[in-house]
Amino acid sequence: MILIIEKYSSMLLGALGKTVLLTLLSLIFAMVVGMIFALMNVGKNRILNCIGTIYVDAVRGVPLIVLAYFIFFGVPQGIKSLGFQDFRLTALQAGTIALAMNCGAYMAEIIRAGIESVDKGQMEASRSLGLSYGKSMRKVVLPQAIRTMIPSIINQFIITLKDTSILSVIGFPELTNIGKTISGNTFKSLQTWAIVGVMYMVVIITLSRIAKRIERRMNRGR
Amino acid sequence: MEDKKAKVHVKNLKKSFGKLEVLKDISIDIEEGEVVVLLGPSGSGKSTFLRCLNQLETATEGTIIVDGEDVTDKHTDINKLRENIGMVFQHFNLFPHKTVLGNIMLAPVELKKMTKEQAEETGMKLLKRVGMDTKADAYPSQISGGQKQRVAIARALAMNPDIMLFDEPTSALDPEMVGEVLAVMKKLASEGMTMVVVTHEIGFAREVADRIVFMDGGYIVEQGKPEEIINNPKEERTIDFLNKVL
Repeated sequence: MILIIEKYSSMLLGALGKTVLLTLLSLIFAMVVGMIFALMNVGKNRILNCIGTIYVDAVRGVPLIVLAYFIFFGVPQGIKSLGFQDFRLTALQAGTIALAMNCGAYMAEIIRAGIESVDKGQMEASRSLGLSYGKSMRKVVLPQAIRTMIPSIINQFIITLKDTSILSVIGFPELTNIGKTISGNTFKSLQTWAIVGVMYMVVIITLSRIAKRIERRMNRGR
Repeated sequence: MEDKKAKVHVKNLKKSFGKLEVLKDISIDIEEGEVVVLLGPSGSGKSTFLRCLNQLETATEGTIIVDGEDVTDKHTDINKLRENIGMVFQHFNLFPHKTVLGNIMLAPVELKKMTKEQAEETGMKLLKRVGMDTKADAYPSQISGGQKQRVAIARALAMNPDIMLFDEPTSALDPEMVGEVLAVMKKLASEGMTMVVVTHEIGFAREVADRIVFMDGGYIVEQGKPEEIINNPKEERTIDFLNKVL
């Protein structure tokens, strides 16, 4: 075990960095995607409702690994066949898109539920003062919704971080992929996967502690 | 009697929720400075009528003209119009993430009617007017129901409206807090504010209202001066209702 740590520590830490990078990138995009589709879903416009529902259903209905294959192998092939011969997606790009789409669908549901948990009277009171729908959403409803959303968002954050391991299948050198390489080279599966597991755990526990602290601080202002 | 110059002019207003027709045919004119109290059993459409006036509910049919502007017209800037129509809700609907003063400052600042400093000054004046200036920095969760409603009234006044709508403002209050809210409303009425009030407080109606409108089943059944309606109701449904609440 010590041998593996000594020999591969820089590789493992680098891979962990890639895992965190992929997670953060995906989450940022997922927040944007989630917000857009959540707002589509809570509004009164039937067409937008429909688009929002289709997106969430479609993405949630497909396993992440299939989505990743589709985006990494399928989409470039399709675009090339349209005549764009130079089109390429790196594993990081494809991985970020797949994770952001997947996480975005769940985020949309979290944000929608958060918005709907705010009493309707809040929107009415704000509208009755002359504020537009958008302003009421931004200044009155969302600030309250975010408080109820935080635990679910933290949870989704952790799930996304773990889901990055699935992207080892498209060759992105994140932690699980590097774990495969190391265990293949050394034939020490037990030790390698124990180390990889602990590394995930340390990051996740640290992040969730930090998030808890933020949550507590936000609730104090009430 | 039709009066196009009235502060509020409502003609043949109908409102349905799906198949349920809540307002069947409402026509009424409300003059500037008039205090109109809507009475009637629950489900009679009083609140729905009130909410149609500022388009929290969209009318199914009919015309509503407030301050000379057609509320039901799609081209009317409803947000602009709402600045002139304050509304007070049964459940206060204060913004819990803002302080008492923050609640009042929100609309004037966001709608660029005032700078932060002006809004703060106006806010404090309004809070003084409703006797809540000492609680300016408290959060809504830290004050009582009666206090919340007084803050809600101050918030509705912040945009300097010339009509105030009250939707059962004392119904969610403990009995001992009803008086403080009614006192604020009474003061407002005496200052000449045009007010439309849905309430079950007959005493308030008798004392403050210029006119009582009795509604039942989506219609205006009877209206007139408070003493006429309360002491000598003519319609059977009004008599029935008053017997139950008096």
